[in-house]
Formats: sequence, structure tokens, C-alpha cells
Amino acid sequence: MAAALLRRASTSPSASLLRPLSGRLFSSSSDESVLSIETSVPFTGHKIEPPSRMVDTTPKELLSFFSDMALMRRMEIAADSLYKAKLIRGFCHLYDGQEAVAVGMEAAITKADGIITAYRDHCTFLGRGGNLVQAFSELMGRQAGCSNGKGGSMHFYKKDASFYGGHGIVGAQVPLGCGVAFAQKYNKEGAVTFALYGDGAANQGQLFEALNISALWDLPAILVCENNHYGMGTAEWRAAKSPAYYKRGDYVPGLKVDGMDALAVKQACKFAKEYALANGPIILEMDTYRYHGHSMSDPGSTYRTRDEISGVRQVSQERDPIERVRKLILAHDIAPASELKDIEKEVRKQVDDAIAQAKESPMPDASELFTNVYVKGYGAESFGADRKEIRATLP
Amino acid sequence: MASLQMAALLSAPSTPVPSDRVRVGSLRLSASSSSAARNGGALVVRSEAKVSGGGASARGLSLITHAVAEKAAAASSADSKPGHELLLFEALREGLDEEMERDPTVCVMGEDVGHYGGSYKVTKGLATKYGDLRVLDTPIAENSFTGMGIGSAMTGLRPVVEGMNMGFLLLAYNQISNNCGMLHYTSGGQFKIPIVIRGPGGVGRQLGAEHSQRLESYFQSIPGLQMVACSTPYNAKGLMKAAIRSENPVVLFEHVLLYNLKERIPDEEYVLSLEEAEMVRPGEHVTILTYSRMRYHVMQAAKTLVNKGYDPEVIDIRSLKPFDLYTIGNSIKKTHRVLIVEECMRTGGIGASLRSAIIDNFWDYLDAPILCLSSQDVPTPYAGTLENWTVVQPEQIVAAVEQLCK
Repeated sequence: MAAALLRRASTSPSASLLRPLSGRLFSSSSDESVLSIETSVPFTGHKIEPPSRMVDTTPKELLSFFSDMALMRRMEIAADSLYKAKLIRGFCHLYDGQEAVAVGMEAAITKADGIITAYRDHCTFLGRGGNLVQAFSELMGRQAGCSNGKGGSMHFYKKDASFYGGHGIVGAQVPLGCGVAFAQKYNKEGAVTFALYGDGAANQGQLFEALNISALWDLPAILVCENNHYGMGTAEWRAAKSPAYYKRGDYVPGLKVDGMDALAVKQACKFAKEYALANGPIILEMDTYRYHGHSMSDPGSTYRTRDEISGVRQVSQERDPIERVRKLILAHDIAPASELKDIEKEVRKQVDDAIAQAKESPMPDASELFTNVYVKGYGAESFGADRKEIRATLP
Repeated sequence: MASLQMAALLSAPSTPVPSDRVRVGSLRLSASSSSAARNGGALVVRSEAKVSGGGASARGLSLITHAVAEKAAAASSADSKPGHELLLFEALREGLDEEMERDPTVCVMGEDVGHYGGSYKVTKGLATKYGDLRVLDTPIAENSFTGMGIGSAMTGLRPVVEGMNMGFLLLAYNQISNNCGMLHYTSGGQFKIPIVIRGPGGVGRQLGAEHSQRLESYFQSIPGLQMVACSTPYNAKGLMKAAIRSENPVVLFEHVLLYNLKERIPDEEYVLSLEEAEMVRPGEHVTILTYSRMRYHVMQAAKTLVNKGYDPEVIDIRSLKPFDLYTIGNSIKKTHRVLIVEECMRTGGIGASLRSAIIDNFWDYLDAPILCLSSQDVPTPYAGTLENWTVVQPEQIVAAVEQLCK
């Protein structure tokens, strides 16, 4: 996706610095050669044999991970500035630090598989094929937004890519996701649905209800807990008696994954998809971290220290997903550091251009207040023995 | 039972049916009703059936000699009458069965709907016919299975979610309000939610406070939701079919005490309009707006009122959201007096909204303040006498009409 952006950019006059990807020479390996890379930590399984730590990938894929995550990171930072400039209002929940989950998941699945998540959805939307202009316009409430400006930060959707949103109420998206999985089984689609939720939502009753029903009916539902260790302002050890979220399914098997390692996420999602299609639901716990607070109104430092944040990111644990991929690319001589820097510069430019374009989009028309409340025409005709053959129409 | 047959007698098509068009609509009523006032003498017959009731056309047009239909005539010509007789829950089942047969994406979800056959037998036999994947027994988890119904509707399935009692759907209120009602809007029109949520509600026979709730007053403000209430086997089947075919989320309110009403309904397929009100009894003096079970209390009161010389116009509003202001407005323009009889509680009920809608739209046509009879603002007591006092009784309706028409 970002590669496509880069290719488009190479035709514009200001991108003369950027060499097109397809034309470059790699120092050691070709685009499609398979690399086997070990994940940072092994997987832990609950009632299931975990998959191997060795993940197959290609240089092309690693570069796409890098550019996609860089784009997502840049978008979130830009959204932060826009919020402080009061162009984005209300709630804005940022995903920086967690990009590996979105990107790794996309690498393992197709657009026929469904994804549903909560309100931290900007990057998931991008991963599903959404574009920056749609995202920024929606954040600023403009017509060009993916929901025509009527949804906002928490309501990004993309039906043609099976992205079911974008939900504000904690935990409510999990039964929806299991419903999508039900429809996939009903229609014999051979696809799965990933229902994402956070460690805070893991304590919602409706999750266990939906899991019970999914297990009973053998639905291809994969429940993914993005455990960033804080449910809003409350640390996981203060909210959950048992913070081993991958074990919470009890009779449903679970897998604990390093959610800041895109390759581990990819491996786990691939494994989960195969499992779910054959056997029914499975839980994945992505151990990840968010650098920002819960939302823009939360500084994120009242319940944790800045040292902890920087520790996770780069100082002690060095788990930042983009840095990890950068190191892999440099270690395997896939691209020089300068090229990676160029990608980041280009990504910055893409985001700035998208924001400028989004700012030009107008606010929705007043008539849009009343559109899409009902499906037009209500859809029912009356006929037959009721003696009146009229079509139901809106007055 | 008598009240339904009487209701059938007093109702009539609002426009005369041309006699060359073959219809069985008017013959759904009991035999003597072919003399129903408005028909203007046009006898409507089915092409192969014998003419029912013999001297139907010879009867006087506006003379109603009996307030209750004559049973003898009905019994003798039972074989020759077109259509078939059934109970309201069977009519619901028939509608559901026909839609499931017609469209493979229709499925049913609810507690005890499958193997048990439904706690009110609405889904009896459907599980054996369509299998476990289309008639799904859920665990007792309203929040999640309503959510799952909505999620599957987002992909294009047409689930019919049953709440064993409407009151239990309060547990799924978040899903119904936020996801069901609002997703079409917040996704900018990308997702349609063609779900039907149905179940029995209302005050029953000493079921207790928690099982006697009227959820229509809680759901009415949810934008994006459509609400209908059925009251006869005929409109139950028609509304069920229309609700399933609708692209919008529809909540179909049934009533616990109306499931065993018997009526003759046509053999042919018919679908009713979700937004239309039903003219139960045309009249001149006062417009009585009602729905669901209160329709029968109103018709019982109408019997008394007719004997006292009043001519009430009774409209079963059927569509609780949105209101059929066209039918209601025409009636108010004619009668200039309105009485609303509902089972919701006084505070924040359907009557309250209907009253303000009428005031906003038809103020100039009113000769008297709108009277609204509702249930008392109390949890429904268990004791029978107290329970009777919480809901509106026919005597109160008669008194209200007398006051209005003074």
C-alpha cells in the first residue's frame, strides 16, 4: 500500500530524490527470496501447541512492513498535532506503538477475512486499504471522510475490505465480530473474522457470552486481545484478577504473542486462521504497548512513568516495532539506511499532502443530517390481499 | 374471541373494491361482514369459491342489527369460505416460514426457538424444516446474541432475533441502540442492518413486574430503528413478512395475551406496509388511536359507545415509529377530537410522543384537548385486581370519550 504511494509519488516533480523501488539493486538478495527469521520471544500456548518461532518472510515484505508502519506512525503523530490545533475534536485514540498488530495481521490474511476493532482504529483502517485523505477528512469531520464526516475518529469503516469498524462502546464489537464469523460460516465463505479488543474490554461479560456461543457453533472467530497493559487509566493488574488474557477463554485455546514484533503477529494470525477454519474460535493475546495516553485528553503519564514508556520503546526493552524491522532490514542488507530514511521522509510528505487535501474538503451539507438514518424507501411494499397496492414511500 | 369477531365485523375496507377485481380481502372477516357498511353493496367473490353467506348483498348497508357477529352463519359456511383460520402465533410462524423459504439468508436466533419450538410456539417446526444453522438455539445471553445478529446483518444475512420476553432485550439495549440503530448512519451508509427483533411484551396475566414491560417506550427514541406492533393474525403475518423484507432494523412488538386470537386469513401471499395505520372502525365523532392489546379494550368500549349513540373512529396505529400521520391526520380533520389509548406508562410512552406529534401537525383541527389514557407509572403488581388497575379498562375509555364529546 505504501509502496503504491511511493510509486505514484515518483512521477511527481518533487520526488526526484526517491528512486522507484522496483528499479533498485539489492546488495545480497532479490525481492522474493525467502528469509527465515526468528521471532523475538517464543509463543506461549494455552491448550494448544504453539507455532514455530521461525517465520518465513521476504525482503519485499519486510520493506512493506517498514513503510506501512512508518506511514501509520506518521499519521498518528500528525493526528496528535491536528488535535492540539483543535481541528480534530471529541475523542481521538492513537495507535502508535501498536502498529505491528495491524500490519502483521494484514500480512497473514486476505480482504475476504473480516476485521472488527474498537475505537483505536485509524491504523487498522489504513491496513485494510483505506487512504490517508479519507482518514484525515473523517477525523476533521469533512465530506471526504470514510463515513462522510458523520462518524468521527471512532467510526471508521470499509465494507469492501471487510473492515467492520470502528466502535465506541467497549467490548460491544466482539459479539458483532462473532456475528460476522457466523455469517461467514452460514455462507460457507471459508474466511475468518478477527475481533479485536483491549485488555480493558477483556473483562466485559459479553465477550464470554460471545465466546461461548462461537465455541458451541464452531464459528471461525478469532478473538484478539491487544494487551497494552492499561485499560484507560487503570493498569491491568488492578483491573483483572487473571491478566493472562490468552488463558481467559478456558475451554477455548489461546496463544500469547509479542505484539510489537510484526513477524510474530503474522505467524500467529496465519496459525489462528488455519485453526479457526477447522476447529472454531481461538484467542490471541498481543502483548503490545501504546506510547500515547488512552486518548488525547489523557497525558498518559499520571498512571505510568515516562521512563517506562521510553524503556519499552527504546531504552531497555527496545521493542519499538519500526525500529525492530529497521534493524532486520539493515542486518540482512535488504536496503541501506539512507533508503529507509528516504522512505520516512516520503511518508511524512504523503501525510502532509493528505492533511492539506483533507483540509480543503468541505464540512458536510446540512441536508446530510438526515441522510442514512434509514435505508431509503424503507424497503417494503404492500401488495396482495390488503386491497391496497401501494408502495411505501417517505412523505 | 368475541371481541375479535366483533372487531372484524365493525372494520371495513376504507375504499370500495371494484367488483370485477378478484380479491379475498373482505372475505377474511366472518360471513356476515360482507355487508360491512362501506362496501356499497359490491360483493367480492373468489373465482372458484361459492358465494358465502347467501343473502349478503340483500342485507342493508348501514344497519348493524347485532354488535356481535352471528356465529351460526359463520359455522355453516366454513367450508366454502376462502382463506384459512389460524391463531396469531401460527400466523407469525406462517409469515416467518414463507420468508425463510423464499430467502435463504433469513435465519432465526433466540432462546428455545429451535428444538423446543419457541416458548410461544412461534417457531415450532422450523428447526426440523430448516436445520440448526438457520434456526439457532442460543444460550441465555441477550447482549451477545443480539450483537451477533447485528454483526451478521452487517454482512447481508437477515436474522430474526427473538427475545423470549421483550423485557429481556433491555440487556441488549446497547447493541440495539448503538449498533443496530446507528451503524447505517455512522458508517456513512456503508452498512445496512436488515435485522428483525421481535418478541412478546406488554402486561400479561399476573406475570409480575419484570415480565410485564412495555419496551416500545424505551426504544422509541433510538434513531434509525423502525417499530411496529401487531394485533391480529392478519396484520401479524403481514408485518412479519414486511419486517423481514425491510432493509432497516425493525422491532416487531407482539403481545403475550394476543397469541391465541383466531382469525381467517387469505391463502394468497400478502405483505403489509410497515408505516401504515389500520382503520379498524370508521366513525365521525372522535378518533381513538390505539395499538396492540388495547385495540381490543377500545373495541369493547366501542360497543358500549355505539349503544350510547356515539360513533367513534378507531385506528390501530400499528407503526409506532414512524407514526402514520397521514391516516391519523385525515381522521383528525374529520372528527376534531382525539383519544389515545395505550398500554405504555404515562411518562415517556408512545402516547406522549403521539400527542406531541399531533399537536405539532394538527393543532388547528382540534376542538378539544387530546386525551391520553395510559398505564399507571408503577411496576406492574402481581395481584390480579391491582394489575387490572394499572392498565386502561374499557370503562375508562367510555368515560373519556363521553368527556371529549361533551
